[in-house]
Amino acid sequence: MEPDALLQRLTTAVQRRFGAAAAVADLKALSGGASAETCSFDVIVGAQSRPLIMQRMAGAQQFEASLDRALQAAVQKTAYDSKVPVAEVAFVLDDTDGLGNGYAMQRIEGETLGPRILKGAEFATARSVMTQQCGKILACIHNVDMATLPPLPRRTGADSLKAMESIYRKCGVDLPVFELALQWLSDHVPTLPVETLVHGDFRLGNLIVGPEGIRAVLDWEMAHIGDPMEDFGWLSVPSWRYGQLANDVGGFGRMVDAFAAYKIANGKAINTDSLKFWQILGTLKWGLVCLFFAFQHINGDVRSVERASIGRRTSETELDLLVLMREA
Amino acid sequence: MPDNRPTSVELLDAVQGFLKDDVLPKLAGADAYHLRVAQNALAILGREIALGPALDAAEQERLMTLLGAVGTRDELNAMLCAHIRDRKRSYKDPYVTAHLLQTAMGKMSIDNPKYATCVQELKRR
Repeated sequence: MEPDALLQRLTTAVQRRFGAAAAVADLKALSGGASAETCSFDVIVGAQSRPLIMQRMAGAQQFEASLDRALQAAVQKTAYDSKVPVAEVAFVLDDTDGLGNGYAMQRIEGETLGPRILKGAEFATARSVMTQQCGKILACIHNVDMATLPPLPRRTGADSLKAMESIYRKCGVDLPVFELALQWLSDHVPTLPVETLVHGDFRLGNLIVGPEGIRAVLDWEMAHIGDPMEDFGWLSVPSWRYGQLANDVGGFGRMVDAFAAYKIANGKAINTDSLKFWQILGTLKWGLVCLFFAFQHINGDVRSVERASIGRRTSETELDLLVLMREA
Repeated sequence: MPDNRPTSVELLDAVQGFLKDDVLPKLAGADAYHLRVAQNALAILGREIALGPALDAAEQERLMTLLGAVGTRDELNAMLCAHIRDRKRSYKDPYVTAHLLQTAMGKMSIDNPKYATCVQELKRR
């Protein structure tokens, strides 16, 4: 959409919600994720300025089924009401707005890039508290009262494994390591002890971090009902440790410490049996995302040297999978 | 294959030099980022030209021993995949995992020799 048209429609959308005197200022397009168009702006009402950010679907092909924006906003709102650190939803777009599927939320300043958070001197204090914070935040997410949630898809370990296998088969490539990982996973499918809200994409990169620690959890589009260990497994996928392999929590901490904080916040014993399953499934999933990106370029859906290059990161996950299976 | 100079390595080197010295200084933001991605892709190609043939031949050799069969590398990898799928081969089989680890390390030496797990494995040996 042209910037002028976007500003005009956004102003109308804002005035519908905040009154005719409301104005939009400082509208900027941001380079968001691959599947979203993101812009930031301030809503000005009288002397008050409210910093917001808005994500809209850009219609790009998705790797996995994700929630539509309205449902995502509803989950995010429930999480906010349940005291999860998350941006407050300001308003959800509807058909009258003519801006597609999306919603606006509070704009929280901070860093999201993994390597900067892991290396920057200004994040030293943050790094020392983030592991405990992750345990506490995950306890909070997994404790969300299911009755307060909108209807969400339910995905067990067996469901996720089936989805990964189907995505891999559709790629039509022969990767023995991926076959081996599928075999390992099918031998270790977790029995489902508890079902909770699962964030589904909880990792460094989706956390807004300030010098004092984690400020907010982003990207709720993969939220579902499932095994809470899925979030811990994904958080500890080697690719998300950005070179800090010894720190199995996102490259900044140790899983035992995250579990300890989780237990204190949760007040219950936790069953960590399925952690390895979700680590291996998560590593395979990132490998398949790399392949998926490569084929987006190869098939001409998205011509991009970046997408093409990510395809060569598939081999990193092959090595990680072999090491994870050896240590299992 | 043409024997003319420059060789493929020399030609890649010329392109890399041009990108680094003449193009990159003129770019900023997303363009500079994408150029760095492209430079990295060319570096992968350089390593593939240097290391690929020997790694491919060694992989094929190991596959023939492992499977007791003759074929191209692609055919043998497809066969190994089918065997794993049919559970004729398992993740518990040390011959399978040793071969695949060696293959993965070979791929790393081309795709990303600095990858943390690769560096860690080299230290382990």
